[in-house]
Amino acid sequence: MFNRLISNDAPRSRLLAALLLVILLGLALAPFLFPGVKALSVAAKVLIFVVLVAGFDLLLGYTGIVSFAHTMFFGIGAYGIAMASNTWGPTWGSLAAGFALSLALTLVLSLAIGLFSLRVRAIFFAMITLAVAAAFQTLASQLSDFTGGEDGLSFKLPQLLLPSTEFSDAPFLGVSLDGRLLCYYLLFVIALAAMLSLLRIVNSPFGRVLQAIRENEFRAEAIGYRVVVYRTLSSVLSALYACVAGAMLALWLRYNGPDTSLSFEIMMDVLLIVVIGGMGTVYGAAIGAVLFLLAQSYLQDLLRLASEATTAVPLLSSLLSPDRWLLWLGLLFVMSVYYFPTGVVGRLRMRAAPVSSGVAR
Amino acid sequence: MNKQVMSSNLLSLEGVHTHIGAYHILHGVDLQVPRGELTMLLGRNGAGKTTTLRTIMGLWPASQGRISFGGEDITALNTPAIAQKNIAYVPENMGIFSDLTVKENMLLAARSAKHAAQMDETRLQWIFKLFPAVEKFWNHPAGKLSGGQKQMLAVARAIVEPRDLLIIDEPSKGLAPAIIQNMIDAFQQLKHSGVTILLVEQNMHFAQQLGDTVAVMDNGRVVHAGRMQALAEDKALQQSLLGLAL
Amino acid sequence: MKLEEDIDTRPLLLVPVLALLAWPLIGSGSTWLTLTVAGLAMGMIIFIMASGLTLVFGLMDVLNFGHGLFIALGAFVATSVLGAMGDWTGSGEWWRNMVAVLPAMLIAMAVAAAVGLAFERFIVRPVYGQHLKQILITMGGMIIGEELIKVIWGPQQIALPLPEAMRGAVLWGDAAIEKYRLLAVAVGLAVFAVQMWVLGRTKIGLLIRAGVQDREMVESLGYRIRRLFIGVFVAGSALAGLGGVMWGLYQQNVVPQMGAQVNVLIFIVIIIGGLGSTGGALIGALLVGLMANYTGFLAPKVALFSNIALMAAILLWRPQGVYPVANR
Repeated sequence: MFNRLISNDAPRSRLLAALLLVILLGLALAPFLFPGVKALSVAAKVLIFVVLVAGFDLLLGYTGIVSFAHTMFFGIGAYGIAMASNTWGPTWGSLAAGFALSLALTLVLSLAIGLFSLRVRAIFFAMITLAVAAAFQTLASQLSDFTGGEDGLSFKLPQLLLPSTEFSDAPFLGVSLDGRLLCYYLLFVIALAAMLSLLRIVNSPFGRVLQAIRENEFRAEAIGYRVVVYRTLSSVLSALYACVAGAMLALWLRYNGPDTSLSFEIMMDVLLIVVIGGMGTVYGAAIGAVLFLLAQSYLQDLLRLASEATTAVPLLSSLLSPDRWLLWLGLLFVMSVYYFPTGVVGRLRMRAAPVSSGVAR
Repeated sequence: MNKQVMSSNLLSLEGVHTHIGAYHILHGVDLQVPRGELTMLLGRNGAGKTTTLRTIMGLWPASQGRISFGGEDITALNTPAIAQKNIAYVPENMGIFSDLTVKENMLLAARSAKHAAQMDETRLQWIFKLFPAVEKFWNHPAGKLSGGQKQMLAVARAIVEPRDLLIIDEPSKGLAPAIIQNMIDAFQQLKHSGVTILLVEQNMHFAQQLGDTVAVMDNGRVVHAGRMQALAEDKALQQSLLGLAL
Repeated sequence: MKLEEDIDTRPLLLVPVLALLAWPLIGSGSTWLTLTVAGLAMGMIIFIMASGLTLVFGLMDVLNFGHGLFIALGAFVATSVLGAMGDWTGSGEWWRNMVAVLPAMLIAMAVAAAVGLAFERFIVRPVYGQHLKQILITMGGMIIGEELIKVIWGPQQIALPLPEAMRGAVLWGDAAIEKYRLLAVAVGLAVFAVQMWVLGRTKIGLLIRAGVQDREMVESLGYRIRRLFIGVFVAGSALAGLGGVMWGLYQQNVVPQMGAQVNVLIFIVIIIGGLGSTGGALIGALLVGLMANYTGFLAPKVALFSNIALMAAILLWRPQGVYPVANR
């Protein structure tokens, strides 16, 4: 029964299974285990990024193509909720409508981009998605009437999800039962569903064809699989997951702007998480997201300390400045791609089964 | 080792194995190419002939064994280094640069010439006589040439400067009989110029007319080596090695 | 890329066609002229930056997503050099300005070339042949470089004013045509001419053109093409540096993100032109420059999208770009 739930994609490593269990429980019980606003925020961010990155892994890890438009769909999902709430009022109905519209737009755009550029070469796809995402970001900042421009949109949530809504007077195990808690668990359920559905997809015949295409496109086409169709489907699915993640982001932050969801820094974060966690594993998204977000939240403080400690050496101090977070991210990223291409999950699996049973690369 | 025997072979392969990915193609090839002679490498499709040539040129590295040229071990050298030992290679697909003109193709092959004017005029005239099409289409893009003409250009490129060894992969493939005869005449002339040639062929008629030495390959090994004369006279042997008699 | 006979002329018409189509939309002849010259100038600068990238891809099959880094480097180096030569740039005499600008260009090119050498050695070489990793790593390399620029020059934008004698415009009837833009067109044409000469009339150019078609055969002819790769990569980086200087002067300021910003335009240009084709890059760059200026005037909000639409239209006509290079 459990195996069917995770689509027979077992962790294949006791350490990995243990880690995943810890993460699952940690996220499920986060409000109770880690009191405080910041900790809950990090947990929510983990949930959002798990969905965002796992969707990206479908495209990068399983299909073998890079799309820089992933954050664009992330933004569409977030703006969908934001604009719906602002324009039609903070009701479940309007949010549903907004979400549906953003899904539709995602579907159409990703389909168009895929069919157009995947016909020729996968490299074109990467470049074209970069261009389209850049254009979209500019557009979002410029159409201020709709999107709130550079400042973004702040909006309200339905009654049920508001922090001010109390479900009981007394706190439960030290945590107040309010709308914010409900919102968190809504995100948790969505994230769990996303992970399980992705496991289903990558372990289905469809998923296997994707991997075949990734390994040898020519042969896959020769056997009879229309590569363009599969790649396009994969990019559409991946985009839809990004859209869902965007909606989750909007629900949590109650705000969205071009920098919150469309920035290139987020794209880099996604790339880093998927590489560190392990490309082509789905579980990698979870491990990577936790590692990365913990590091990002708490390491920046460390950088600040280090920077202040080295003010005597100005160059060193500015290298260690928390504003230069991206520098270290970039270095870590480059090194991971070289030395650590299978990521944490890959490493753990290799240690558990020295006679490799994984996908040969 | 008998030094006398060794030095009469310009090129020598000993126990050469080649792997391409997971596929083990050459299973210990022993091949001797005598100096000044034309050695024919025959065999069925898939026997490993092209792989052998590519291994000699370093395009696919030998996983085991030794390749020596003029007494020097060239097994581990990279392709440009091997070519610089004065070995010219004409691959199966001819390797013609179709966007470049015939002149530019030739100039490229003439390593010591910086401009077309620096190419050896006398040698060029000789080549023009062997392969008139090369002169005729001198300033035209090489892609415009017919299959046979491209083949001739490919060989012309290989001899634009004096080389010690020519390695040629199926020069007669897909050519009309009349053109093949031209090719045979050209190679006869080349032989007279004293250059050593290793030639892969499937056309037995072509092979018989030109070969001095012959080596037959099957399943990644050389299964017969000897004089072409002897093989040409032994119909039964031809039948068993190549599945046909001429 | 074909030279002697059979130059496929249809794509050459794209540029005048676009220019002519824009005339009625713009209305005024003098405005059209100003915009067209601006577009051509911008296009030429983009060409300088893009030509290196397309050649690197055509020859080495390497996609350098970090090309923008060399552009930014060139621009920032120029701010330092020109900033230090205030009295030369402040003078109203042409030759005095050139005494400042020429070294700025040369130093920018040298720095970009040096960084390019390191980039090829440490970032690109380990991932030859693996497109996916190339995309990821070169992108990472650019981020690292961008952050290092912020460390050295600071994260804010820096002004890069034009030297005195290069400011202002010449009048042609009603149209005001900026002097710097004419200079940019001249420099761009010069770079193009030099590239065409090298590619068409020298043995190295021959090697490059042959290598783009069939790398293996060039090696079989006895040439160490790896060294050529490095040379082309370094030359491409130097050109990007030069382009960066000119782009910085065109915008009159530089920001650390300018590399990433221009990257997008450059990719559009080389996709339009056909990966590996210098002539195609020129046409693509001129089209993009013109398009950016025409839409900047007519409908500023859709400027970037208009270039994407242009790219889409061209890909529908020729899916591999205007002058596809054979074999891939």
